Amino acid sequence: MGIFRKGRLSDILQKLFGKKHAKIGIYGPPNVGKTTLANRILRDWTGDIMGSVSEIPHETRRAKWKKDVRVENGASSLLMDIVDTPGISTKVDFKEFMNTWGLTKEEAKIRAKEATEGVIESIKSLENVDGVLLVMDSTQDPFTQVNVTILGNLEARNLPVLIAANKIDMEDSSPATLKSAFPQHPVVPISALTGYNSDTLYSTMIKHFGKKRKKKWR
Amino acid sequence: MTKKDSDIAFNLISRQKINGLTSEEKLNFIIKEVKNGKILVLEQGLTPVEQAGLIERTMKEIEQDTFIGVEMEGYGEDTPTFLQKLFGMAKRPRMTLIGPANLLKMIKKDSDMIQTKIISGSGAK
Repeated sequence: MGIFRKGRLSDILQKLFGKKHAKIGIYGPPNVGKTTLANRILRDWTGDIMGSVSEIPHETRRAKWKKDVRVENGASSLLMDIVDTPGISTKVDFKEFMNTWGLTKEEAKIRAKEATEGVIESIKSLENVDGVLLVMDSTQDPFTQVNVTILGNLEARNLPVLIAANKIDMEDSSPATLKSAFPQHPVVPISALTGYNSDTLYSTMIKHFGKKRKKKWR
Repeated sequence: MTKKDSDIAFNLISRQKINGLTSEEKLNFIIKEVKNGKILVLEQGLTPVEQAGLIERTMKEIEQDTFIGVEMEGYGEDTPTFLQKLFGMAKRPRMTLIGPANLLKMIKKDSDMIQTKIISGSGAK
């Protein structure tokens, strides 16, 4: 009798057929549109937003979580806890904030300090996610060290990654370059700003992050 | 010959040297050399986990007026063939270039070539 109780049955089905609740991290270098994409997803499925966006790099300097976001596509759905992470980079120069973006020396130094802490938080949080939405700028070279490092870490952990080839609304975008650079991972061209192709992104997220996988022991 | 301040040191590091170090020792070695203004070419680069560790260490070491971080460029790991896997060969990191970000700048990188330039005026200490 107990085996047919609703909760028990859904547990068994989940174990057999895959995940129904996943912790998904949005990762990538600074200024590729991670928070714009997080806002797009939340706006579409919860009516909320994740955080502010800016042209100045390292606008997001602390990881932000949004729990229980249900994304649906026809009969299938996936419940996700989504984390929008600070951009990962190998360098942070406060002078760039002053010279390029007009911040005062004090503002620039504070931003740079917070940015370095944000990068560390992003890297540490890779330990706590079930899957990654890796955002890349489709107008830029895809082989940046940050992209290579993140992908290598996810492959070592056997975590699913979905590449969002963002900014396809821009004239010089080339999502095909991203697809040929990383043929081993699904790549979905998208404009987080306009929402173009977001339906394809959602259906691919449900399919890809909902799959049952074995985590590698490290 | 006297060493000028503007001299730039390139150190080519052999696979044997890298393989003889633990992950922690590799990161200590790289950070120390790069903070001294040296550009390193590692014959065998770092694993992805070590690369993430290097980024984390770099962020902790940043001193806003003297050290703004690293420029690191390499490729993903070589995947062994079926036959190599049978003989127990694991994935192997490929050649990697690492230097101080105020001295080394990546221009272009594709699947076959990494093009960088040296920013003049910031030689090895």
